[in-house]
Amino acid sequence: MARTVRAVLVGLAVVAAGIALATLRVNPYLYFAGYVILQYVVIATAWNILGGYAGYVNFGTPAFFALGAYTAVFLIQSTQAPLPVLILAGGLVSALLGLGIGYLTLRLRGVFFSIATLALSIVLQTMIMNWQYVGGSRGMSVLRPSGPPFGSYVTFLFTVMVALAVVAVIVARFIERSWIGRGLAALRDNEEAAECMGVPTLRLKLFATTISGCLLGVAGAPFPYYVTFVEPNSAFNLDYAVNALAMPMIGGTTSWVGPVIGAVLLGAAQQLATVTISSEMNLFIVGVVLVAFVVLAPEGILGLVRRLRGR
Amino acid sequence: MFSWDLLANAVVAGLLLGGFYAAVSLGISLIFGLLDIANIAQPAFVILGAYAAYVMNSSFGLDPILTGLLFTPLFYALGVVVYRVYYGSFERRGEESLRGLVFFFGLLFIIEVSLSLKFGVDYRLVQTAYTSRSIDLGGVGIAFRYLVPCVVGVAMTLALYLFLGRTFYGRAIMAVSQDQSALRLMGANPVQIKTIAFGVGIAAASLSGALLISIAPVIPSTDRDYIGRMFAITVLGGMGSIGGTLVAAVILGVAESLMSTFSGPSWSLAVSFGILLLALAVRPAGLFGR
Amino acid sequence: MAATLLEVHGLRKSFGGFTALNGVTLQVRAGERFGLIGPNGSGKTTLINCVSGSLHADGGRILFEGTDITTLPAHRRTQLGIARSFQIPKPFTSMTVIENLGIPLEYTRRARSRDGGAAEAAEILRVIGLEAKAHVRPASLTQIEMRKLELARAMAARPKLLICDEAMAGLSSGEVDDILTILFRLNEGGITIIMIEHIMRAVMRFSERIVVLDAGERIAEGPPDDIVRNPAVEKAYLGE
Repeated sequence: MARTVRAVLVGLAVVAAGIALATLRVNPYLYFAGYVILQYVVIATAWNILGGYAGYVNFGTPAFFALGAYTAVFLIQSTQAPLPVLILAGGLVSALLGLGIGYLTLRLRGVFFSIATLALSIVLQTMIMNWQYVGGSRGMSVLRPSGPPFGSYVTFLFTVMVALAVVAVIVARFIERSWIGRGLAALRDNEEAAECMGVPTLRLKLFATTISGCLLGVAGAPFPYYVTFVEPNSAFNLDYAVNALAMPMIGGTTSWVGPVIGAVLLGAAQQLATVTISSEMNLFIVGVVLVAFVVLAPEGILGLVRRLRGR
Repeated sequence: MFSWDLLANAVVAGLLLGGFYAAVSLGISLIFGLLDIANIAQPAFVILGAYAAYVMNSSFGLDPILTGLLFTPLFYALGVVVYRVYYGSFERRGEESLRGLVFFFGLLFIIEVSLSLKFGVDYRLVQTAYTSRSIDLGGVGIAFRYLVPCVVGVAMTLALYLFLGRTFYGRAIMAVSQDQSALRLMGANPVQIKTIAFGVGIAAASLSGALLISIAPVIPSTDRDYIGRMFAITVLGGMGSIGGTLVAAVILGVAESLMSTFSGPSWSLAVSFGILLLALAVRPAGLFGR
Repeated sequence: MAATLLEVHGLRKSFGGFTALNGVTLQVRAGERFGLIGPNGSGKTTLINCVSGSLHADGGRILFEGTDITTLPAHRRTQLGIARSFQIPKPFTSMTVIENLGIPLEYTRRARSRDGGAAEAAEILRVIGLEAKAHVRPASLTQIEMRKLELARAMAARPKLLICDEAMAGLSSGEVDDILTILFRLNEGGITIIMIEHIMRAVMRFSERIVVLDAGERIAEGPPDDIVRNPAVEKAYLGE
C-alpha cells in the first residue's frame, strides 16, 4: 500500500508540474502537441490493460474513443454539462460497451473478441454518421465553455490530460501489481491452466475489458472541446487503432512503463512528422514499424533493454 | 413503403450478392475456418486484387475477371511468402495468438495505406462490356454487373469444394485441419500443406477482388466493410465448411439487401456485425460446423 | 468404509460425430489411490477434462463431496478442492517457478496471508525437489522439472482430489520412481489421487483400485492384480 501512496504522490507532483507548465508563456503549439501525446499515453495504457496484461487484442480502439467523444457531444448539446461530468459519462458509456462486447465474445476464443472489435468500429461509425443530433456525417461545432480556471482553454485541457494520463498510469500500475494483475498474467500465459488453478478467467477478462473501455472513453471525452468541430472521420480515425496497438507493442506490453515510452516516443515522432510528411505516409511508417517490432522485437523496447542488461 | 415488387427485387439482389459474398469469403473460410489462422488482412488482399483489376482495366482495357485469373499465381506466391513469415515468426514458437493477430492487422494496415498513397481516395471503377446491361426475369431486373460476379463466385466455391474433396493436396489440407500429427505419420509435411492452403486462400483474393470492383467502385478503405462480412459468413457457415460458406453468404446477402431496401443502405454493415455476434453467441460452430 | 469423494454418473461427451465418453460411471473414495488406464483414445483425458471442468459434458452428472458440480466452471471446482496436472505441461511462462505456485495459492485461499503464500510455496518446492529452481522461468527447466512443476502447482491449490494426467510420460525409470515417491507421500497426507498413466508398473504399484476405459466405456474395475489378469483388458490393449 505504501508503494501505491508513493505513486499517487508522484502523480500529483506531475500534475502540479503540468499546471506550472501551462502557466508559462511558451509556444502554444507545445500544448496542442502535448495534449495529443498525453492523450496517447491514456489510450496506449488503456489498450495495454487488456492487450498486454490479459493478452486480448482490441482492434476497435476508435469505437471506444469516439463513443467517449460523442457521449460528451450529446451531453454538451443536451445539458451543457461541465467537463468532469463529460469525462465520467464518457468513461461510463465506453465501459459499458467494453462489458457488452466482452460478455458476448469472451467466452469464446480470444480471436473472436478481436474480430468483433475490428468490425465494431465500422458499425459504430456508420451508426453515428446517421445520428443527426450529434451532427451526423457533416459533423458538429462545439463551443468551448467560457472562463477556464487558468490560462487559455487549450492549456487548461492540456493540464486536464496530464491529470488523466496520471490517473490512467496509476490505475494500470495498481492493477499490474495486484492479485488481479497476476491473475491476468496467468490467463494470458495459459488460460486453461489458469482456470484450473482457480483463476476466475471470465470475470477477470470482463474486468479488464471494462476498465480498458472506460479509460479509452475518458480519453475521448475532452476531444470535442479540443477540436471544436467533431465529425466521425476524425473521431473514428484509423490513427487511434494503429497507435493504440503500436505504442504498447513498441514500448513493451508487460508493464505500465511500456505504453508510456511508446506513446511519448511514437507520439512525439508523429507530431514532428506531420509537419514534414503526409499523414498517410506517417501511418504507413507506423504500420511498418509495428510489423517490424512484432516480428523482430516482440517484447518491445523494454524487452530490448532487459536483454541488453543481461537479465 | 412495401410492395411485392420491391421485395422480389430485394431478394433477387440479395441472392446475387450472396454468390459474390461467397467468393469473397472463400479465402477466410480456408485460412481461418480450416487452418485456424486469423488472417484479418484478407480483406486488404481482396482490395489489392480489386486495384490490380482497375489498373489493368484502365491501362489496357482488360476485363477484370481476366485480370483476376491472370494474377492468381502472383497472389498465390504472395500468400506463400506471407505464411512463411507468419510461421517462422509466430506459429513455430507457439505465440500465434496475440502477435499473429497484430502481425496481420499490421499487414492490413500497410496494404490499405499503401493503396491510399498510390491511388488516393477517389473512387475507382472498371468499365466492362456488360457493366450497364441487365436482363429482365419475370418482372425483376437483374443487372449483369451483379449476375456475372455471382456466377463466377458460385463457380469459385464449387472449384474450391472439388479441390478440397477430390485432389490429393485438397484432402491433405482437410486432414491437416483435423489432425496434424496423423498427417506427419502419413509422410506429408504439415507445414508445406498449410503453406499451400494459405497460398490458395490469398490466391482466391485476386479473383474476388476483381469481382468486387465489377460490382461497385472502390476506395482503399472499402476493405473494412468486408471484415465483418467475411467473418460473419465463415462463422455462420461453419468454420471450414465450403458449402456452409455459400449458404451463409446467401443468407447474409439477402438480409443486407432487405435491410438496405427497407431501412436504408447505411445499415447494411450493422447486419453483418449483428449476424456475426448472433452466430458467435448462439452457435459458434456455425450451421454446418464440426 | 471411507466416504465417496467423487462420483461420476453416466458421463457422455461427443466431438462432432465422435463419441469420446459413452455413459461412464465410477466412484472414487476419499483418501484412495485410484488408477485410470486404457488404450489411446479410450477417453481418459476427456473424462478428466469433464471432471476438472475444462470441458462441459453432454450428459450425466458429476458429484464432489456430495455436491453436484456438473455445471460449475473449472475455477470453482478448483476452489472446492479438485486440482489437476496437464499431460502436456502448461506452465505460466512469464513467471518464475515460485510465482507459478503463487497463482493457485492466491486464488484458492480463503484469507490472504501476510507473505502472500511465499512460505507455503517454498515448502511445496522443497517437498517436490525444485527449491533450487524457485526463481527460474519455466523455459529453462528440464523435462522432469517441468513435470514436477505441474505437480507442484496442482499441490499449491491445496486439493482434496489431485488428478495426475500422464505425469510420468517420457521420464526415465529413476525419474518415475521420484514422482511416485512424491505421490505416495501426498496420499499419506490425506490427498485422494487419481492417476492416469500408460507406464504400467507405475500404475500397478501405485493404485489401490483401477478402472479401465476403452472406446469411451468402462470395461473393467478392481485391484491391480485382477486387472492384470482380466482378458477384456488384455484384448483392449492388444486387440484380438
